[in-house]
Amino acid sequence: MRALAIRRLTLLLPTVIGVVTLVFAFLHLLPGDPVEIMLGEWAAPADVAGLRRELGLDRPLAAQYVRFLAHAARGDLGHSIAFRAPVGRVIAARYPATLELAAAALVLALAFAVPLGVLAAVRRGSALDRSARLASLVGVCLPSFWLGPLLMLWFSIRLGWLPVSGRGGLAHLALPAVTLALGMAGILVRLTRASLLAALGEDYVRTARAKGAPRWRAVGVHALRNALVPVVTVLGLQAGALLAGAVITETVFSWPGIGRLLVQAIQARDYPLVQGCVLAIGLSYVAVNTVADVLAGVIDPRLGEDGR
Amino acid sequence: MTRPGARAALAGASGLALLALAGAVAPVLAPAGPYAADLAARLGAPSDAHLFGQDTLGRDVLARVLYGARISLGVGVATVALSLTTGTLLGCVAGYAGGWVDEALARVIDVLLAFPGLLLAIALAAIRGPSLPNVVLALSVLGWTGYARLARAATLSFRRREFVEATVALGAHPARIVLRHLLPLAAPMLLVQATFGMAGAIVAEGSLSFLGVGAPPPLPSWGGMIDEGRPFLLVAPHLVLFPGVALALAVLALQLLGDGLRDLLDVGAEGPARSVIPP
Repeated sequence: MRALAIRRLTLLLPTVIGVVTLVFAFLHLLPGDPVEIMLGEWAAPADVAGLRRELGLDRPLAAQYVRFLAHAARGDLGHSIAFRAPVGRVIAARYPATLELAAAALVLALAFAVPLGVLAAVRRGSALDRSARLASLVGVCLPSFWLGPLLMLWFSIRLGWLPVSGRGGLAHLALPAVTLALGMAGILVRLTRASLLAALGEDYVRTARAKGAPRWRAVGVHALRNALVPVVTVLGLQAGALLAGAVITETVFSWPGIGRLLVQAIQARDYPLVQGCVLAIGLSYVAVNTVADVLAGVIDPRLGEDGR
Repeated sequence: MTRPGARAALAGASGLALLALAGAVAPVLAPAGPYAADLAARLGAPSDAHLFGQDTLGRDVLARVLYGARISLGVGVATVALSLTTGTLLGCVAGYAGGWVDEALARVIDVLLAFPGLLLAIALAAIRGPSLPNVVLALSVLGWTGYARLARAATLSFRRREFVEATVALGAHPARIVLRHLLPLAAPMLLVQATFGMAGAIVAEGSLSFLGVGAPPPLPSWGGMIDEGRPFLLVAPHLVLFPGVALALAVLALQLLGDGLRDLLDVGAEGPARSVIPP
């Protein structure tokens, strides 16, 4: 396990540099002029040149890259044009809201999906299994930018049970968290079911039963522990995707997080802020995946041994 | 007894064919087209004349949903075609060449996968401005990695087999070996991946258009229509409802098709990911 943790942590730095480079490359190498998009097609050439100089876009590409890396390493992501404040500070102010939403969605998805997946696997072929599979398929297919408004219409506007939008207590969190969790829950139900079914067919489960372990113990302790390894790995990928998916959910529910900030930055054509938001979400994604990989190693110590 | 997956694949293929047909015959079913405005009948409720109602400019929602199928399926097919070709080509070259070429590609894929796909697509589309070609490009920039991984893995595992060695001994060109002998073996996996990839691309196009960085107005993109209808949710929920149903049906059809094909072709859970673009 320790070997796995060390290997993952050594991989972290090159991956982080890779992600920073990727953001830089996409924003600088692809055709499309951010300055023109920010100022519009009919901007005065002097203004264009001025902004280009201010953003450092008039320098050679290599110099821009080195400057970008050096600044990013110090946490300096430039100055937001729309907010007239350092990008880092603007992002830091919104980050907790996104974390809160993503964590709530994650807990909700886990609390719902893992038990349902286990029940579906244990009662394979039953009506419950069929319903669980159908529900998970529906969960995967409903886009959040459609589900969100519909939930809002029903629970907030028609029934008046929950607030329409904004951030506050648990009541504000409920609908955005459900919207964000549903797709992930759908994937996790299917994965838990498939993974547990595979584990239940293994010899060690039969041995445990033959030695007199009750069924709940054979399933809950022996099979489930192994079945959870792929679930945790996918959970890491999905938890990162939650951060990206929050862009949509936060927009729907006016949740003041980093996803909505990104959309606002795009609308305000605030190029440094767009770059900062993308980088912040991307790095969070890397961090979450690293934690998930290490966690998978804790559940299944074999993962750390043979370099898999 | 039917083979496992046959029913799901058939249901998915039928749904997809129906949507494609709806897009193809849209001019017949909705002769007025998706742009004919009728400001006197803004936000009109569903009626005999307008089965799905009318939108903020009095345009026929049914017409826009039907024409929207062309955009969604078009973006889906174009994205898959571009990602599949690029990914397969790069994956095969890397897997066959081995050495530093392979190592370099593997690292590039690792970094690209270390990034949420939708986020990058949003940033890219925002930088390049809203347009359909930009959406396809933004989705393909990350989309190719899944195909490249599969093609690379298949090429790596098959290239040391006897039949490949025999072809090499006969003096076949590497391109011929890859195209005629290796690629057909990877084709089932790539096909399943392409099905899920298309579902992912359709949702992603909807998401980008919803955020205002996808299909520019007045194009009838389902995601864009949902965004336009959102402020009128209370008075005209049909603006949000119908494009969403169409989108969900398209994704459901592709998921069923992908699941069915996976079982039919016996690709296995280790093969393709469920979706190229994370939700």
